[in-house]
Amino acid sequence: MIRFDKVTKQLGGRNVLDELSFEIQKGEIFTIVGPSGTGKSVTLKHMVRLLTPTRGSVWIDGTEISAANGSGLDRVRERFGYLFQGGALLGWMSVAENIALPLREKTRLTEDEIGARVTDALRAVGLEGDGGKFPSEISGGMQKRAGLARAIVNRPEIVLYDEPTSGLDPVTARTIDQLIKRLNEELGITSVVVSHDLQGALLIADRIAMLTGGKFVEVSPPEKFVATAQPDVRSFLDAQFISKKGLAGM
Amino acid sequence: MITREPVYTDEPDNALTGIWRSVVLGVGDIGRAGSLTVQALAGIPALFAAGRRRHEWARQMFLMGIKTLPVISVVGMFTGMILGLQVGLELRRFNQEIYIGSAVMVSLLREMGPFMTGLILAACVGSSMAAQIGTMTVNDEIAALEIMSISPVRFLMAPRMAAMVVMTPVLSFYTCVLGVIGGGIVGVTQLNVPLDQYISMAMDFARMRDLYVGLLKALVFGVVITGVSCYEGFTTTQGAVGVGQATRRSVITSFLLILVLGYIITRLFYDL
Ligand SMILES: Nc1ncnc2c1ncn2[C@@H]1O[C@H](COP(=O)(O)OP(=O)(O)OP(=O)(O)O)[C@@H](O)[C@H]1O
Ligand SMILES: [Mg+2]
Repeated sequence: MIRFDKVTKQLGGRNVLDELSFEIQKGEIFTIVGPSGTGKSVTLKHMVRLLTPTRGSVWIDGTEISAANGSGLDRVRERFGYLFQGGALLGWMSVAENIALPLREKTRLTEDEIGARVTDALRAVGLEGDGGKFPSEISGGMQKRAGLARAIVNRPEIVLYDEPTSGLDPVTARTIDQLIKRLNEELGITSVVVSHDLQGALLIADRIAMLTGGKFVEVSPPEKFVATAQPDVRSFLDAQFISKKGLAGM
Repeated sequence: MITREPVYTDEPDNALTGIWRSVVLGVGDIGRAGSLTVQALAGIPALFAAGRRRHEWARQMFLMGIKTLPVISVVGMFTGMILGLQVGLELRRFNQEIYIGSAVMVSLLREMGPFMTGLILAACVGSSMAAQIGTMTVNDEIAALEIMSISPVRFLMAPRMAAMVVMTPVLSFYTCVLGVIGGGIVGVTQLNVPLDQYISMAMDFARMRDLYVGLLKALVFGVVITGVSCYEGFTTTQGAVGVGQATRRSVITSFLLILVLGYIITRLFYDL
């Protein structure tokens, strides 16, 4: 469904991505982990052509999105929901208006239908009752959840989550993980999750990829991922106290 | 994509290649800013077709008025007073003070009114436009709009453009009116020109053509300020520092363009 073909991206005079190639299947939850500043957000941005590869190409089904433009690009982007790392809500609109924005601008739903969908989305991320507040009046974690509600309110086929759980308390973080899992199971949403939080990744991911030095040094299902001998992955796992046997109770 | 990826090139080997590269980048900037401006202008009719965006247009006009009214009142008044004083002192040497009204009126309508209005709007409105859109860019908000296939040009720039196109001529006219009042105050109190003479001289020399050319100038300034400021905002990179730079560049570029275009328009409409 999403395929990177030898993608190299130069930023700031260095190769942030270096001939990165991989493919994500339809209906999969694909998690990308890795240290800060390795290019996880950069990878996600390539999937919707917010960044264009220096070399190589990115494919969404049969379309080369890295070369798409105009209405062709719009058609591909309409299939995506994107949760940005900082939430990226518009400051002069209330939370509910932010979430309603893609519906108002891009669909012909009536105001009642939009209201109902917004309420559902707010409830799903645990923000019922906060719809009337402005982004500057709520915490960073709440902004992130509102951004998540906006990303899914349009019922996209593919959702890209940039650190959906960082900055959240553990309980809310698990709720969000569960939400990602539920959207994936019930609606068949293909999900790409960028995360620091390996525990969450191990619980929900179908495959986990570790990005270091512009490449995936390991791509495997959770049980194989925790058992790997790859040194970068091992030190990443050890730092989060995850042993070869995986999480307790997994 | 409307936002810009940072441009990295090798350090230029010598001054000449450095200058050449700035020229190439500069021409590219002018082209892209110009195309954004045209797109924003083309997006204005759609604004009035969709009811919701009209609200945004009204809000922008209101904000522009509120932000600039106090300072523009003072500036308009004092521009007229300074003009009146300077011209009046010269005219007095020839005992021609009665012409002060016409001198003030003509220079305000043709040049000083739109010019002062342009500078103030660039400083008050253009800078905050660049800062606001620049902040949205570095916070991924522009990117979020693009993902939702909502054109940032139509959504953000067109309402600002529409507001500016209306507000610059209106405010320019207001500056002229206050300037004429200011000139009158100086003329009557300092130079002892009778009020009725000041008014009749001012009105005799006020030609419609001067008014139109002045308002056209103001309108062009409004388009330029919006184009420059939004372009700087959309192409902001590198976080908060970048927002500061975008704001500064938008003001400087607007000032320079206002000067140059003001001259060109005057030259086009008045034969030597
Ligand atoms: N617009 C840009 N200009 C210059 N360099 C950039 C830009 N965007 C990203 N980079 C560089 O690319 C690298 C990867 O950035 P990215 O945001 O993808 O990191 P990340 O893996 O998402 O990290 P984090 O976990 O902290 O979010 C960083 O070293 C950063 O300096
Ligand atoms: Mg990131």
